[in-house]
Amino acid sequence: MKELKILAVVVFFTLVTYWGVEPFAHSIMHKHVEGHDFKYPDINASKVKGNAQKGKELFATNCASCHGLKSQGIKAPMDALSAANTYGVNPPDLSNAGALYDEKYLIAFMQNPSQAAKAKKMSMPPIMAGNEQGAADIAAYLKSIAPKEVSPKEAYVTACGRCHANSYGKWTQIGDVPKTKFNIKTKNDVALAEFNVKVQKYQDKLADYMGKLPPDLKIIVRARSEDYLKTFVEDPQAHLPGTPMPRVGITKEGYEKVYKYLESTGDPSKVEREKIGPWVLLYFVIFTLLAYGWYKSNWKGLK
Amino acid sequence: MAHFDPNAKPFSKKWLNDRLAIETLERVLSTEYWIPKNINFLWAMGMVLAATFGLLVLSGIFLLMYYIPDTKQAFDSVNYTIMSQVGFGWLWRHIHAVAASVVFLIIYIHMFTGIYYGSYKRGREMIWISGMLLFVAFSAEAFAGYVLPWGQMSYWAGMVITNLFEGFSQDFLGGILHFPGLVEWIRGDYVPGQAFVGRFFMLHVFLLPLIIIGLIVLHFGALRIPHVNNQDGEEIDFEAEAEKWKAGKRKEAKVIPFKPVFLSKDVFVMGIYFIFFFYLVFYHFEFAMDPVNFDPADPLKTPPHIYPEWYFLWSYEILRAFDKDPGLIWFGFAQVIFFLLPFLDRSPNVAPASRRGPFKYWFWLLLIDMIALTILGKLPPVGIFTILGKVAAYVFIALWFALPFITKMEKPVGGK
Repeated sequence: MKELKILAVVVFFTLVTYWGVEPFAHSIMHKHVEGHDFKYPDINASKVKGNAQKGKELFATNCASCHGLKSQGIKAPMDALSAANTYGVNPPDLSNAGALYDEKYLIAFMQNPSQAAKAKKMSMPPIMAGNEQGAADIAAYLKSIAPKEVSPKEAYVTACGRCHANSYGKWTQIGDVPKTKFNIKTKNDVALAEFNVKVQKYQDKLADYMGKLPPDLKIIVRARSEDYLKTFVEDPQAHLPGTPMPRVGITKEGYEKVYKYLESTGDPSKVEREKIGPWVLLYFVIFTLLAYGWYKSNWKGLK
Repeated sequence: MAHFDPNAKPFSKKWLNDRLAIETLERVLSTEYWIPKNINFLWAMGMVLAATFGLLVLSGIFLLMYYIPDTKQAFDSVNYTIMSQVGFGWLWRHIHAVAASVVFLIIYIHMFTGIYYGSYKRGREMIWISGMLLFVAFSAEAFAGYVLPWGQMSYWAGMVITNLFEGFSQDFLGGILHFPGLVEWIRGDYVPGQAFVGRFFMLHVFLLPLIIIGLIVLHFGALRIPHVNNQDGEEIDFEAEAEKWKAGKRKEAKVIPFKPVFLSKDVFVMGIYFIFFFYLVFYHFEFAMDPVNFDPADPLKTPPHIYPEWYFLWSYEILRAFDKDPGLIWFGFAQVIFFLLPFLDRSPNVAPASRRGPFKYWFWLLLIDMIALTILGKLPPVGIFTILGKVAAYVFIALWFALPFITKMEKPVGGK
């Protein structure tokens, strides 16, 4: 009984210390940002109804000069590097846009990109400025052609991948690291070296455009809390006023996919951990029970 | 020369006894190494520490096979290669990280147990001093290890801590304690870089573990002659009590043999500890792996908050509470003062703090103050936290200055 009292004292002071240096200290160090569950309350819902058929025509005349739409057989007019040379950043392929981005955000974005994205610098012009109907039509079109299922990686590539590499996922800003073969006689891998040069040129342009190279998100899930990442993606300015990172207007479901991908590169052991954990603990529970028996048998009749 | 039985079969017990005295050794070190019976689970912390150190060595060996001490590759060798490419690499790393943090929790419990029961005096001074040397060696080891993953905190904590070696400012005592070159000498460069990683790698995997192992031997050795203290601080005649045990009076004897009686309780306590430990490894490891260190080291970007690991926070807060020169003095004071505990405690009593008059309050005040310093050491030094930090630092210093006086006044208490 006395030992349990001593244990209670030890546990109490340990927990106080833990509470102080972990939850309490972190709550003081990091400012709290209220999330809105990717609802974007500052953007008013559009009252007009979009027409996908009209949107298709508008896309061809307004968007296709910069954006590809692979799923519809529309190729981007420029490759990633040439596009970066021209615009600073590669305009995204919009095949998955309708599945990942909030519709009212898309409509607002086409009318005034830098306002919707809360970013000062935007290569994209306000292509549908003052034309809410047109914007709604294009949004409806993108929605109509969006695939039902977008994989976590596709979500990352579309929403983050043109600025953020993910080296643990073998992703660069201009695409997957290609599978190449080196020359057996010289050990040179010219194809890979050429690809890397392209990546570096792209990154230099991107860094000029953004002010700095956006970080590699290989292990960001361990570097930031789940809540931070969520509220940061939802509204970067709320955490880092003045950051060049735009608000991308992703939906909640879209973000969950992105997070899943980030977790797969930054914390790949999670599945295995959760599988093995209970067995290891069970092992030590049995160990302790046996040890308790040994202890009792040795201390019998001692006191 | 001793007698050797020429007929003993090689490697038989007799043969080995002639050469290695294995039976004598076993007797002296375990079956007739007498431990007081009147103890609680806190007496198992030494073995818990030994086991945790064992886990650190074991997991460290596996990590060492893949870690690359190179500023360009270190981060990925840990976070990619070990965490995702090596089978169970993540498990070894999480064990290593959690053990490195928890080992300090147990060290502090072990230390405060010693302080509470007065286990540092009247013949036990060397146990305390060798233990404090171990604490210093573990601190250096932990710091060196923290540098290795080459994340933001590795870099910036490395920067801040090595800056301390610059010594006092130029105005202090005519600048004789100002060593501008020392910092560069320690880093091998103007800023932490490749030379820095290389030498801390060497320190972490070779020199410091070697020193720690040597000190553990000294610590165990220091324990053998004066024997372990007990819950009442009672002075036990170990020889007489051992005779009782050997005569079969297990109930009357105040002692028990290390093996198997004491060991059986140790192993049980260790079992409970391992349940706690592996719960942390699998489900709650974040506390031991600071998020900031998952951002790769970037000399151009200072993190908004730089803080050491939790076990250094109390002394870090003492450093922060003052201006540069006095801060360094009191920081140094905090580092060495625990060594002097056996000599600052002027009371002859070896008894639990609860029976020692004012020392009782001294003990709990010290514990609470150090926890307060620890928490404040992590908080940003703004507003009320700065003031509280200063108060806590003054209280810490005052407590140590008061110790000789309050213990001198202490009345002798009889053991139970």
